[in-house]
Amino acid sequence: MTPPSPTNTATATAGTAAGPRLVEGRGDLSAAVSRALRSGTPPVYAPAAVLKADPWGEDLQLALHLLYELHYRGFDGVDGEREWDPDLLRLRQALEARFLHALRTELSDAPRSVDEAFAPLLVEPVDLSDSLSHHLATEGELWQLREYAALRSLYHLKEADPHVWVIPRLTGRAKAAMVAIEYDEFGAGRADRIHAGLFAELMNDLGLDPAYGRYLDQAPAALLATVNLMSLFGLHRALRGALVGHFACVEVTSSPGSRRLARAMRRCGAGPAAEHFYAEHVEADAVHEQVVRHEVIGGLLADEPDLEGDIAFGCAATILVEDRLAAHISGAWERGSSALRTALPEH
Amino acid sequence: MPSAPDPARRQVPVTADARRVTVEPQGPVLVEGPVEVVLDDGTVARSDRFVVALCTCRRSRTYPWCDTSHRRRARTAPPPEDRNP
Repeated sequence: MTPPSPTNTATATAGTAAGPRLVEGRGDLSAAVSRALRSGTPPVYAPAAVLKADPWGEDLQLALHLLYELHYRGFDGVDGEREWDPDLLRLRQALEARFLHALRTELSDAPRSVDEAFAPLLVEPVDLSDSLSHHLATEGELWQLREYAALRSLYHLKEADPHVWVIPRLTGRAKAAMVAIEYDEFGAGRADRIHAGLFAELMNDLGLDPAYGRYLDQAPAALLATVNLMSLFGLHRALRGALVGHFACVEVTSSPGSRRLARAMRRCGAGPAAEHFYAEHVEADAVHEQVVRHEVIGGLLADEPDLEGDIAFGCAATILVEDRLAAHISGAWERGSSALRTALPEH
Repeated sequence: MPSAPDPARRQVPVTADARRVTVEPQGPVLVEGPVEVVLDDGTVARSDRFVVALCTCRRSRTYPWCDTSHRRRARTAPPPEDRNP
């Protein structure tokens, strides 16, 4: 956590307590958002800029991320009331529409049933040679684990927060089960076991700064898209099915991947907290997988069978953004480049 | 993976004084926590998790807790990349 600065505690108005630092824009849209937040004014942008922006590009994904962050921790010096500023929400709606349209277009041939969407995830492939986590487990070097952790910190330091948005939109079995899983994610009543806190300890072991939002400026669009996807689904009641499908996809694939990442941390001598984070997820997510499939998805389908297509879409969208991220990371490392926008300092 | 509501899970109410466990086909046994498991060597493994997944395939590396080792192996395309835990 960044400590509050002395001037902030003396003069801060409600909602401007020190939070993560605002970052510079990467194009017209994100620059407009950053400027609007910094100066307390409406965003200034050409409507054509929204229509022309690459939905997968740095500018749109950063703009979306900055706007979503107003619902999480906000930014240092930015009034908390901006969270519901209609001018910012209008821009966000336009950006979301571009992102969602791109997802639906790319996934127009994806499975429409829950069974078809999840069946491939429930089978362990024999050939893991293309898997990023397999590479990290068997050959990954410490600098790669540090980059991986810095990238994933944009999610893990708020682990589970994007998923709990769906709880008010669920009822009955699905609600009870979702809350039970999230209770686990948030430490089962114990603050020292909150998963986001365990990840901060992992970052300390790797010599990374665990301050929230510290690596936002270095995170490429491919990473931001994975986090924006969660906020997009979580913050829209109409997309509650997609959030459940996304969440189930994450929980189903987590346990074996976490086992490989725990092995990677152990092999590279990352430290006990680094290994513990992933070891805990091997066991926790083996449980969560069963509960999310049978009770959250099962309960939601019993109550709202028409949401089956959305659940399948949420799963497919998660696979899509994660595959794009893995391709970005592998591609960068194969070229001998950093997977971050600027490399981490030597450790 | 249910694509239709699972009648067995929904229709049979839990008896107040019985601990209900759920047997997953080709998977773990789910038991409401806290759970203590007495192992072959006499040691006791304990979990306080709200639900515990007990390994039935005997392949778990974190036995007695499930680690998804029961999953069927198949010669498929490389895995959809590991999602966030």
